[in-house]
Amino acid sequence: MINFINQVINGLSTGSMYALVAIGYTMVYGIAKMINFAHGDIIMAGAYFALIAMGIVGPIPAILFSIVATAALGVLTEKVAYKPLRGKGSLEVLITAIGVSYLLENAFLLIFGSAARTFPQIMPKGTINLGGISIKYITIITLVVTAVCTAILLFFINKTKLGKAMRAVSEDQGAAQLMGINVDTTVSLTFAIGSGLGAIAGVIYGCAYSLITPYIGLMLGIKAFIAAVLGGIGSVPGAMVGGLMLGVAESLTIAYISSDFSDAVVFGILILVLLVKPAGLFGKNVREKV
Amino acid sequence: MKKLLKSELFKAFILSIVIFAVLMIGTATSFINSYWQGVLILCGINIILAVSLNLAAGYLGQLTLGHAGFMSVGAYTSALISIYLNLPFIVSLLIGAVAAGIIGLVIGIPVLRLKGDYLCIITLAFNEIIRVIMNNLEITNGAKGLIGIPMNTNLVYVFIAMIITIFVVYSIVKSRHGRAIISIREDETASELSGIDVGYYKVFAFAVSAIFAGLAGGLYAHYYTVILPKGFDFNKSVEILVMVVLGGMGNLKGSIIAAIVLTVIPELLISFSQYRMLLYAIVLIAAMILKGTGKGEQIMERLSFFKKKDEVKPE
Amino acid sequence: MSTPLLKTEGLGIQFGGLKAVDEFNFEINKNQLFGLIGPNGAGKTTVFNLLTGVYQPTSGRILFEGQPIKKANTIKITKAGIARTFQNIRLFKEMSVIDNVKVGLHYSHPYTVFDALFHTPKYKKAEAAMQEEALSLLRVFHLEEFAESKAKNLPYGKQRKLEIARALATAPKLLLLDEPAAGMNPAETAELMETIKIVREKFSVAILLIEHDMKLVMGICEKIAVLNFGTVLAFGTPEEIRNNPDVVAAYLGNEEEG
Repeated sequence: MINFINQVINGLSTGSMYALVAIGYTMVYGIAKMINFAHGDIIMAGAYFALIAMGIVGPIPAILFSIVATAALGVLTEKVAYKPLRGKGSLEVLITAIGVSYLLENAFLLIFGSAARTFPQIMPKGTINLGGISIKYITIITLVVTAVCTAILLFFINKTKLGKAMRAVSEDQGAAQLMGINVDTTVSLTFAIGSGLGAIAGVIYGCAYSLITPYIGLMLGIKAFIAAVLGGIGSVPGAMVGGLMLGVAESLTIAYISSDFSDAVVFGILILVLLVKPAGLFGKNVREKV
Repeated sequence: MKKLLKSELFKAFILSIVIFAVLMIGTATSFINSYWQGVLILCGINIILAVSLNLAAGYLGQLTLGHAGFMSVGAYTSALISIYLNLPFIVSLLIGAVAAGIIGLVIGIPVLRLKGDYLCIITLAFNEIIRVIMNNLEITNGAKGLIGIPMNTNLVYVFIAMIITIFVVYSIVKSRHGRAIISIREDETASELSGIDVGYYKVFAFAVSAIFAGLAGGLYAHYYTVILPKGFDFNKSVEILVMVVLGGMGNLKGSIIAAIVLTVIPELLISFSQYRMLLYAIVLIAAMILKGTGKGEQIMERLSFFKKKDEVKPE
Repeated sequence: MSTPLLKTEGLGIQFGGLKAVDEFNFEINKNQLFGLIGPNGAGKTTVFNLLTGVYQPTSGRILFEGQPIKKANTIKITKAGIARTFQNIRLFKEMSVIDNVKVGLHYSHPYTVFDALFHTPKYKKAEAAMQEEALSLLRVFHLEEFAESKAKNLPYGKQRKLEIARALATAPKLLLLDEPAAGMNPAETAELMETIKIVREKFSVAILLIEHDMKLVMGICEKIAVLNFGTVLAFGTPEEIRNNPDVVAAYLGNEEEG
């Protein structure tokens, strides 16, 4: 039983990392109506930016730098690769996103090499004990950070003017434009936020797994995407819930079945969701108007 | 009208005979050395992959990222048959292709109800699941890879398989079945309301596409003699999709040319292999943007080879 | 009294709490040309969607040639003989004009994939027949010279005609036209009216059309049903409808359309 709870808590920790990434995915999908395949690689970039920065300054400024740099990278990819295709077929955008993903992976591969780099251990070590259950400090910090970020984000989306603009653009781009909302800026802002959150996720990844390579983005991105779909693509709370659920499912599979099958289980969940309720847990089923 | 069709087929027939003759003479006289024979074989396999994917992605318009999965089913099935059952090469190839087709049916029927982005992701998921299965089965030797596959593939087999693939896909596309398939891509609702059995045709195109991917997989396995689950992952699916997209969705000639170009150029650039993927990515993004914004079409019109039949200017 | 071609009994559909169509009772017979009008949002397209199986009714039923359409399946309905066009023209844009029509002819000359692969005589005969039939359909609409052009390159008015041609290729007994004159100028509308009359003559098909253009509706429809809030307000000849006070009230004077 204790072991089970431990695994669940581990799962929540991994899950919150997925959640942060999934939120970025879901926001971009809601606003730009595209699946940003390169999102996972943005997270990877965030991890590397933090890595280099920590060689020069302390952890906090390094993380801040990474957030800014990654946000900038996200905005850059949007402006260069996605904006020209806005409104055109989703097929072209998807392939472009795949291209951006390849580009980032290989660019970082060239710069940093394929050998894994050790991520500086900036998190306090040690655990606390709650009635026989040991929780690592890292886990707690991860959960808290994720919760805080999500809370701030939800506040931003629901209570601020910019947030309202984002929601408007995601509902009806044309109408939003007619209301005087600058769609370009709103989309860029969305990418910036999504990427910035991704940077935090990248740092968490580095701390949790201590080794990073240019390839970490791929699997992370796919799993986060699955989490977003599970929660209902376009829904931020959904992405959070989806991420946590996925993390727990993965953790339990690794613990009780095998780590080999954890990937298959994760994909199996995706298939199940898409076949049974494509709109996900919190999503809406949108009917095509004839 | 019939005459034109006859002459187009006839021209293609003559062309293939000529190419075949050139290839045979080339290999016999060692003008084409074994390295380039390998490249040509790979070209042929990639053409089969691109043309078959074009049927599902280009003509039917369903973005699938699972093509490599079907290839792997064909590869492993035919390889295992060759190794354990010692049946003739053609038989093992055919069984591999059929196996892939069956998997295509099994996956296609539930999955093709989904639209666009969702379909794309779910095919990716199935691709990964196939990979994980192959990675964990005893009989496929898992991640260590299946070795000892007899090297039965040669240029003749590949060429004939390629011609058959092109011919089948072309014939389907030109027939009423092809029109049905394309109409689904253009407007699924209108197609249904014109009486087309959309569900049937989606699965049909998907399954046929899978069969030929399986065929390509079988040829691949019996050339490289070793296959790993890793070689049929998401990246492989994307590689093939890129060929289709670059050549033009629904453009058969384009797929063939793109497959050749994208097989040969990496070989030529092997000394730059570090930068190859980077260049690849840049070219991909650039091509997509050019295509999407229509500038690509303007450039393509200069290259008359890609030019489709002339259209009447709108009044 | 013979069985009507199409009859609806208490047809209705409810979306959540909203009854988009309610107690829709309607009949049309072979060769009749009826109009369905009503203010925006009255439920006209919804009725079409119900008739073609895009929506499942939540109440009532539809009888086509005396047979109830159960758990309606769009493909079956089309094969049974109901065809339609759309408000926003839905052509197969990248396909040629003649191929668009040939899609409608899909089941009229069937052959298998194997026939196609081996170019059997069956295949050749079928293709030749489809070519001929498609061309003759195009000729009715004066579109044959554009046969090989891409559908997307046709001007708007001709696209509309092509859509009707494609619908007719399925050899329907009932043709549903959803706002065929939408987006047309008076000249194009007049041409469309002629086209519909020709369709009436040459093809023994019942026509039900949704329209906002009163000139067209009053000009060619034998009888008109007025829909308001998802239910039939009035049903009668153009004269009767024009003079019906309820109808006038429903439209609030927006009767005469240019």
